[in-house]
Amino acid sequence: MASRPEGVVTATGVRRVFGGTTVLDGVDLRIEKGEVVALLGESGSGKSTLLRILAGLDEEATGEFTTFGSKAVVFQEHRLLPWKRVAENVALGVRGGDAPDRTATALEEVGLAERGRAWPSELSGGQSQRVAFARALVREPDLLLLDEPFGALDALTRLKMQALFGRLRARHGFAALLVTHDVEEALLLSDRLLVLDRGRIAEEIEVDLGHPRAVDVPGFNELRRRLLALLHVPADPEE
Amino acid sequence: MRLRPRRLITPIALVAVWEGAAQAGVLSPDKLPPPSKVAEAAWRLTLDGSLGLHLLESVERAALGLLIGGLLGLFLGAVAGLFRNGDDLVDPPVQAARMLPHLGLVPLLIIWVGIGESLKVSLVALGAFFPIYLNTYAGIRDIDERLVEAARTCGLTQLERIRHVVLPGAMPSLFLGLRLAFAAGWLSLVVGEQVNGQSGLGFMMMEARDFSQTEIVVLGLIVYASLGLLSDLALRTAERRALSWRRGLKAS
Ligand SMILES: Nc1ncnc2c1ncn2[C@@H]1O[C@H](COP(=O)(O)OP(=O)(O)O)[C@@H](O)[C@H]1O
Ligand SMILES: [Mg+2]
Repeated sequence: MASRPEGVVTATGVRRVFGGTTVLDGVDLRIEKGEVVALLGESGSGKSTLLRILAGLDEEATGEFTTFGSKAVVFQEHRLLPWKRVAENVALGVRGGDAPDRTATALEEVGLAERGRAWPSELSGGQSQRVAFARALVREPDLLLLDEPFGALDALTRLKMQALFGRLRARHGFAALLVTHDVEEALLLSDRLLVLDRGRIAEEIEVDLGHPRAVDVPGFNELRRRLLALLHVPADPEE
Repeated sequence: MRLRPRRLITPIALVAVWEGAAQAGVLSPDKLPPPSKVAEAAWRLTLDGSLGLHLLESVERAALGLLIGGLLGLFLGAVAGLFRNGDDLVDPPVQAARMLPHLGLVPLLIIWVGIGESLKVSLVALGAFFPIYLNTYAGIRDIDERLVEAARTCGLTQLERIRHVVLPGAMPSLFLGLRLAFAAGWLSLVVGEQVNGQSGLGFMMMEARDFSQTEIVVLGLIVYASLGLLSDLALRTAERRALSWRRGLKAS
């Protein structure tokens, strides 16, 4: 019997070098079942690289890393196949006779029950991204890997999608690694924050703010300032 | 692409001017017979069955050549597009061979396969091969790698990724290749059929030239053109059906 419960992600000493440049230089990471971990870092700090490694899309990474259970990925761009209707995109790679039912349920959960027969080109950016979430959810993942999933959306759509993410998470209880460069988003959605800097996890912060949360809960601003400092951003606009 | 009646005005006017000029004796009937005489010849040769026979013969050659060249182009283009080894082994010789003007190969082909049926079919196949190869290759190469990656995270095997992502993604390029192949195929047929032969539209035209039946030469030209037009129309229709997912893209 293991002394600790099986983590959904266990990684130690993950390294990735691109032609002489070391992007990841020994990353240690553990994500527990049902835990949402936000991964912050400056642009180019290697967040996407780490996520792709965990998604099994990078064959050249070294170190030890395992993910437990099923996983699904949502990228910054929706990455829907333009030649498949929305429902076919969601059902992509889903096996078993109940696939159509599960597809319908997933689309309903993201509020697009009516759009199953639409082509991706007929959807707005926000709708497309919701389909991408449905495509992930239909796999009933133990782990969701999210690479700036709201990054390409306009501000209002982004807020709606963040709320949707909160609801889906409460219902399904998946664990998630949420890559983002949006400090507020990270504080709103995660249980724990990691800051990636110079190829390592430079900082780890527990977020004990309760759920659901808003930007005006006590303690939010302190955390926000601390994070911005870690990301080398002045917290207040310069005079 | 709907046919508007206004667009018919100039073609009809041109035919009318041609007819008028021929009737008035401005055009020598030996050089360019009036459209009415061409129509008359078409009617006569249709009734005695010879036009249909020659047409069938030509279409058969074209179809066989397109099939052989097209399948070969599709296969080699897919091998070069999908596999790195295939690319290294197949692409360089094909790119080099592409520089040869294939219609200039006629003398060599005559030495190799003779002046008979194989010459015509080989020429059409050569003409069709390159556009299909190049566009299959390019279509596969230009697939958005991010879509393939997304399909991988959805648990699709390599074969499934080819079926659901690579092939449909290469489809627009493939259709372009098909249309170019048809155009090149007809052209090759015209050239091939000028070399000897006992049947086919080209033979019909060469024979008519020997007897100074200019109207049949013109008729042959018109039939060739119609074949090209019809095949292009059919391809466009097939393309619209197969690529209906693009409709949204164009509308938005
Ligand atoms: N396929 C690649 N080839 C070469 N360099 C890469 C590749 N992918 C990422 N990099 C480099 O690795 C660094 C980290 O990239 P990335 O993980 O995308 O950063 P982030 O997502 O944090 O913005 C960048 O400097 C980038 O240029
Ligand atoms: Mg990134």
